[in-house]
Amino acid sequence: MSSADNTVHMPTWLRVGVVPLVNLSMALFVSGLIFWIIGENPIEAVRLMIYGAFGYQEAIGYTLFYATNFIFTGLAVAVAFHAGLFNIGGEGQAYVGGLGMALMALAFDDVLPVYLLVPLCLVSGAVFGAAWGAVPGWLQAYRGSHIVITTIMFNFIASALLGYLLVSVLIAPGSMAPETRKFLDSASIPYLYEIAAWFGVELSRSPANGSLFIALICAFGLWLYIWRSPSGYALRTVGFSERAASYSGIDARKVTVITMCLSGGLAAMMGLNEILGTQHRLLLNFTAGYGFTGIAVSLMGRNHPVGIVLASLLFGALYQGGAELAFDMPKVTREMVVAIQGLVILFSGALAYMSEPWVAWVYGKLIGKHVIVEGAV
Amino acid sequence: MPQAPVIDLAIELRGVHKRFGDVHANRDVDLQIRKGSIHGIIGENGAGKSTLMSILYGFYKADAGEVLIDGQVVRLANSRAAIEAGIGMVHQHFMLVDTFSVLENVMLGAEQGMALAPSAAAAREQLQHLADNYQLNVDPDALVGELPVGEQQRTEILKALYRGARVLILDEPTGVLTPQEADQLFRILRALREQGVTILLITHKLREVMDVTDSVSVMRLGEMVAHRETAETSERELAELMVGGSVDLELNKSLPNTGEVLLEVKNLGVRDARGVQVCRQISFNIRAGEIVGVAGVSGNGQSELLEVLAGIEPLSAGSFNVLGQEVDSKYKINPKTLRSLGVNHVPEDRHRLGMVKPFSAAETSILGYHDDPVYRRGPLIDGDKVTAHCQALMNDFDVRPPDPSLRSAAFSGGNQQKLIIAREIEREPKLMLVGQPTRGVDIGAIALIHRRLLALRDAGVGILLVSVELDEILALSDRILVMCGGELVGEVPAGDADKAQLGLMMANAREVENV
Amino acid sequence: MILADFFNVLDAALRVSTPLIFCAMAGIFSERSGIIDISLEGKLLASAFAAACVATVSGSPVLALSVAMLVSVCLSLLHGVACINYRGNQVVSGLAINILMSGLTVVLGIAWFHQGGQTPSLSPSARFMPIELPGAAAVADVPVLGPLYSGVISGHSVLVYAAFLAVLFTSWVVYRTRFGLRLRAVGENPQAVDTAGISVAWMRYRAIIICGALCGIGGTYLAIAQNAGFSREMSAGQGYIALAAMVFGNWRPGKALMACLLFGLLDAVAIRLQGVPMPIVGQVPVQLIQALPFVLTVVLLAGFFGRSIAPKAIGQPYSKDR
Repeated sequence: MSSADNTVHMPTWLRVGVVPLVNLSMALFVSGLIFWIIGENPIEAVRLMIYGAFGYQEAIGYTLFYATNFIFTGLAVAVAFHAGLFNIGGEGQAYVGGLGMALMALAFDDVLPVYLLVPLCLVSGAVFGAAWGAVPGWLQAYRGSHIVITTIMFNFIASALLGYLLVSVLIAPGSMAPETRKFLDSASIPYLYEIAAWFGVELSRSPANGSLFIALICAFGLWLYIWRSPSGYALRTVGFSERAASYSGIDARKVTVITMCLSGGLAAMMGLNEILGTQHRLLLNFTAGYGFTGIAVSLMGRNHPVGIVLASLLFGALYQGGAELAFDMPKVTREMVVAIQGLVILFSGALAYMSEPWVAWVYGKLIGKHVIVEGAV
Repeated sequence: MPQAPVIDLAIELRGVHKRFGDVHANRDVDLQIRKGSIHGIIGENGAGKSTLMSILYGFYKADAGEVLIDGQVVRLANSRAAIEAGIGMVHQHFMLVDTFSVLENVMLGAEQGMALAPSAAAAREQLQHLADNYQLNVDPDALVGELPVGEQQRTEILKALYRGARVLILDEPTGVLTPQEADQLFRILRALREQGVTILLITHKLREVMDVTDSVSVMRLGEMVAHRETAETSERELAELMVGGSVDLELNKSLPNTGEVLLEVKNLGVRDARGVQVCRQISFNIRAGEIVGVAGVSGNGQSELLEVLAGIEPLSAGSFNVLGQEVDSKYKINPKTLRSLGVNHVPEDRHRLGMVKPFSAAETSILGYHDDPVYRRGPLIDGDKVTAHCQALMNDFDVRPPDPSLRSAAFSGGNQQKLIIAREIEREPKLMLVGQPTRGVDIGAIALIHRRLLALRDAGVGILLVSVELDEILALSDRILVMCGGELVGEVPAGDADKAQLGLMMANAREVENV
Repeated sequence: MILADFFNVLDAALRVSTPLIFCAMAGIFSERSGIIDISLEGKLLASAFAAACVATVSGSPVLALSVAMLVSVCLSLLHGVACINYRGNQVVSGLAINILMSGLTVVLGIAWFHQGGQTPSLSPSARFMPIELPGAAAVADVPVLGPLYSGVISGHSVLVYAAFLAVLFTSWVVYRTRFGLRLRAVGENPQAVDTAGISVAWMRYRAIIICGALCGIGGTYLAIAQNAGFSREMSAGQGYIALAAMVFGNWRPGKALMACLLFGLLDAVAIRLQGVPMPIVGQVPVQLIQALPFVLTVVLLAGFFGRSIAPKAIGQPYSKDR
């Protein structure tokens, strides 16, 4: 029998700080096993990846470039999570958002200057992405269809829609590849090395571009929105307790639709980095699974903008380091990174509560008390 | 103390203990039940009856103590063990699959082989047999979700009997039934007793106990406080045993100084999400400067009434007029609008309505007021102002620990409730709707909350107080409304109220005239 | 000529529908027990890979099938550990499996076979080859019915016929057995099952094991019957289409079969119509037809025609605590 004074609740720093690290370590440990299975040295792989991601300026540029995508899609997943919604449609929302940007760029890149056109593209992309998120949100709030299923469906519908448009409508005349013509310079976001050059700093060329700053601004803005604005307060109330929301007079259905707009809009911002920042044209499957990676990023970052920025850096490094690794280790390809990502989602998300009792047990042994783990929910 | 040992006990419990976290749900419970009798267990909500029965049914495991069935000590590790020991249970919330037919529900878990068809044929025959013996008529092919509750309950009884139950536990079986359905149930129970089935009836309705049981045990605050032969006791004695000795609350209550009518409720009717009528034909009013208490056993419509008046749920019939604003079935008023009118609400379920557990105390302190410009700086919420506001509330109501950054869930029940009441009182309401203000609250906090509510009333605020604690109703109210079965069954001025009489009114409307 | 075209399309539709049918039946087992399974896709991919690997190494299609089912069941168990034991989010867990498998199949494929993620092309003896049903050649000349029998019904891999057996099996298990009764109950009201003395967790584990096994057959079909080896991302969203078909079929085996055939037919038609102008509407975009299963499912879910009602307890971890 454990008496009351010999039991303590699991402290917050343990739950928020240590447990996620334990989860991540488990994911990385299993990843190491995969390296070992295919006959590569995991330790060596880690060394190469770190060098490949941070070892020289260009590498850092690429890492930041990938991280920018993940910040956007991670934030998109997080904002929905806070309202109790699971948006796995980031991929489709980003895709349609890219369309919104490309349409503006194609229409106005010969008439508008860059300082008007880029914001116009941004707004247009955000509206397109928001609309693509709002429909599943509306269907969940007012028609009772499950948002997970509808957002999956919307990913496929977006893919078919863009496929059609790129193959049959927007394709550049005379081109074989399903992509639009290249935009003029007025529709491009400057690269980081260009921006640095304005200040007389010389950087290596890399695809990292001004979108990174927009991503960081979005992260900060979202933090303000969720934790400092009245709407964010309503959003979190709905996410934690719909009954409390109805007690306080908050319309949970409206919040659901607005949140999905916001989420879709944020996912769409990925197009800034990919379409306006580097590719300068709309092309097939430019989203390349980044929308799904956003889920891993958000889970790892515990749905907090700061955590998401850090997790994005980690995933950016994984992508870039993984790409570099492919040169040095013949058996390793970019898909290795996808597998690692799956493991991170598994251990940080699905099995998130698995390690809590273990951590509590170890902690209890250390302090000589019985540690109670608060149940999920 | 238990009565002298009786031969032929169907069930015996010895020293049963059960704790949930810090709550002692059952404390050293002894119980003996004669074979072939109907035994009642009564007690107020939260007295520990349901927990005790769940232990007997193997759903929870007791921390200590033993269970004897037919004189043998048994280990009830799970429901299957209890079923095999011959125990059947009809839960308060039916354990039925709505999309299944009666037959399928009855078979579930008691099928005879891998293929369903032979089991179904056998079950059908057995059902017919049971129907003939016990007047338990239910169409075996009807979808359970489409049956009236009375027949759903019969399906539950059939389920238990089909599994060969010799002891049948019914947990608050009449809570959802009409009086006619209840009478029919009692006929069935008597028929079962004739066949040698032992019946345990969990209830808080005295009339049922007097009507149908042979013996009765009373529980209070997790303990077994008395055992009586039904023939040798009275409703009055049981009511007193159930509510216990009255707690003297030293409140200096002045005479009410009532003013204008703030709330007028006219023939209000409410249906719940399933379409069941939970309130009907309710009319009353509240004036400025008085506390109107609504007494009633929980589950008799008072919670729904409160939520409708607070704008959370819509009403289905009638109307109410609150501070000049007319609300009827066509117009559901928003809680925000009500707050701006000066109607504030301390909800019954503070964990799910009154606060958001993961929020900090500061955040909970603005629940319902998060878009009030008072807390703004530009378009954003000013955290410093919210914290200062929460700190002020905490100081005023002696909330401990006085730390606005602490998670709401980390406070004790009493301190959570003080914070919620502080939040609502601070807005200077004209009308307060208060539900279960002291449920799960420690003695010290109760006194403080009561004093503040009285001060509010003396300042001219009208208060509607819904509580299942009779002591609280008696201590605070100027007028007492009694609810039973979704109806107002009587109004008593506070000065004339007597606890046993109120208890009887709460237990059943028709009994009142006989007192 | 038009009839022959039509039969060709039907024939193709059957081939395309087969993995959908296996996955949809798998999904019915899992979701009827209350566990959302979006990892149909991942299991399909993983078992396709496993089947191709084993067939390459051993040359035995039957061994390949067994291992593929085993792999898929293991993934189901992983899903179960996360969702049943550790009360994890079922969607997150399913997604993790999908993403993990999408990466792992390619990584292992490259490491083991050095063909850019593909497995070597299999010889017919290592595959489930088309079989001719008795009398197919004899009746081929009978008008209409002849070509229907010999060209559409006959001449498929044994796994295609197995898919239809799987539907009968599912339908029988779900509606005609004790297990099925409990399965349906545990997805609707797990507490009713618990109080009836049946373990909710064990019921759910058994359901997802069957789910895994069925997905495994689907994956085997993809890799060593329909195709002659594994290629990267070869499931290509079919697990999700099967999910849509299951939802479209209201979690019922018969209706889900119809939805799978419809979606398969749409796919076959899309391929047939590629670049062919149609009367009145002109050229129909292939992508429109490809998107149709998803659009139809969304519209159905929104309740604009009919209604698709999920098992009530789906997605909620079960615990008897209050």
